[in-house]
Amino acid sequence: MSQFLINQLGLYPLLVQALMAMLTASLILGVIAGGSVVFIWMERKVAGRIQDRLGPTRVGGKFGWLQTLADGIKLLAKEDLRPEGADALLFRIAPYVAFCASYGSFIALPFATGWVGLDINVAVFFVVAVLGLEVFGVILAGYASASKWSLFGAMREAAQVISYEVPLGLCVVIPVMIAGTMDLTKIANLQAGWFTNWYLFHDPFAFIAFFVYYTCALASVNRAPFDLAEAESELVAGFHTEYSGLRWSFFFMAEYGSMFLVSALGSILFLGGWNGPIPLAEWVFGQHASGLSGFAFVVANLLGLTVFMSKAVLCVTVMMWIRWTFPRLRIDQVITTCWKYCTPISAVMFVGVINWQLLGLPNGSDLLPHHQLGVRQLPGAVREGAFGKNQLMPQAQSRDEKSARHKEALPAPLHAVSDRGES
Amino acid sequence: MGEINGHAILFLFFGILTCLFSLAVVFSSNVVRMAFYLILALAATSGLHFLAGADFVGAMQLVLYVGGTLVLLVFGVMLTAQNPFISLRTAGGDWVVAAMVGGILLVILIPVAFQVGLPPTEASQLGGRADREAVTSTDPVSVPTATRIGLGLLGVPGDDVSGYLLPFEIISIHLLVVLVGAAYLARAKRRVTVRDTPGTADV
Repeated sequence: MSQFLINQLGLYPLLVQALMAMLTASLILGVIAGGSVVFIWMERKVAGRIQDRLGPTRVGGKFGWLQTLADGIKLLAKEDLRPEGADALLFRIAPYVAFCASYGSFIALPFATGWVGLDINVAVFFVVAVLGLEVFGVILAGYASASKWSLFGAMREAAQVISYEVPLGLCVVIPVMIAGTMDLTKIANLQAGWFTNWYLFHDPFAFIAFFVYYTCALASVNRAPFDLAEAESELVAGFHTEYSGLRWSFFFMAEYGSMFLVSALGSILFLGGWNGPIPLAEWVFGQHASGLSGFAFVVANLLGLTVFMSKAVLCVTVMMWIRWTFPRLRIDQVITTCWKYCTPISAVMFVGVINWQLLGLPNGSDLLPHHQLGVRQLPGAVREGAFGKNQLMPQAQSRDEKSARHKEALPAPLHAVSDRGES
Repeated sequence: MGEINGHAILFLFFGILTCLFSLAVVFSSNVVRMAFYLILALAATSGLHFLAGADFVGAMQLVLYVGGTLVLLVFGVMLTAQNPFISLRTAGGDWVVAAMVGGILLVILIPVAFQVGLPPTEASQLGGRADREAVTSTDPVSVPTATRIGLGLLGVPGDDVSGYLLPFEIISIHLLVVLVGAAYLARAKRRVTVRDTPGTADV
């Protein structure tokens, strides 16, 4: 499309780049804003049903569809308050910091093959890194509010997030290790085909690792039962006690954005991303979306997008279910859960998956015949360029040849020398 | 250089941001604000890394430096929580020493920056086409930066790299020992008092 604009309309390449960047940015913003509108409504409905209530019913028709919109208008009309003793600059900037961190990690998140804001090959690392910055907004808010409740909430959040990044990182590394790449698009494409190809079913260790990931993700986005930073029974509202109006709503957009983000990341890493439980697009079009072009590519990708969104929204719904089911943990229990349970379990799962890969034990994709023959023939090889099997195999051979040549160049190995000595 | 270069504009943008926030760190007197500006300066630096195509280093910058500053920020908050918005005034002598150290570093860095050379012009690009092709080649071993860094670290046979596995392992063990030691020193010495007064453990 950018080529079309440059060549046909004669626009400056720089202008086209800026336009495309702005288009991408506004699309991502739309996902976060639209997502939080839907999720806040959903949260109310889920909470209502779990507590044997109806939830919102009136605004916008039968199901209270427009309840969030009404809330948003109310929030816009509220006065933007600031406590007298607050650090004005940091108090104003903190919600935007939290929101920008959540927004920034969406840039590298693919929504279907090739549909990604910025395709970087360390996308997993980038998303986890930027998502970890959200805690800055919370700490700044807690500090700048000049309120003890806010400060308590912020300190708890800091301790919690720093702790949970360790098991979260260990769990995220497991699919990266199985796939052999940190590119989210490639990781998801490697799980194409039947649901048995999903890394959730790769081996028992990866299966457990997903649930550890989910627990840690809950904690790192500050959701119940780990929502100590805003424990309303003790801290009024924690770090956002002093906030009102639009700034307060920025914190909520950041929270729901992050919820969606960790769910989407989990579904790419473990649940096959945009690959459905059955390879529907491959039956219709003959091959995976990454190999298609033109109209078929768009249709297959739209299908993939639907599947991907359903998985992510399902994960978010489970987060809501958990929130309204489990009681909140105490801070010492939160830290115990992290260091005494999540970290050791994820470390064991990590070592387990390493050994599973190393021993070449059968994985989930072997449950069904004729799947991804090309991929499993390369144990431990660098599988960049997944699905370019024609390119992949010669590369692998050339690598082998290269190392073989290197071995010849080296002096004879030790055991060969000792053999010669014995004879 | 007749055409406006988007890369140059972004470079200037991130460079100016880094400089401005670094100056803000120096001239701010509030610990938490300093840490906040430091975070922004480091984040802008990682933007420069991304711009240079070193995406792994950029993400690493975010995790290590920006994440490390988080701890600094927490300590800043904890130290100033008793007396909110404490201001750190820098004494006159400190300014002189800091300016001297900074000036010496600048004197070292500026010649190095000019030795690296200016960005390639059109003519030199054509002249050094072989170099450019080597950089942008699609050799399977050398495509993604993370893969290249990983293989270089391990010193995979077939590449002419000796590898840094042993130093890496030594550093890892060293850090682990330091962590265990720190946890041992900082642990709550509660067990003795619990033994002394039985029954209070459950309270």
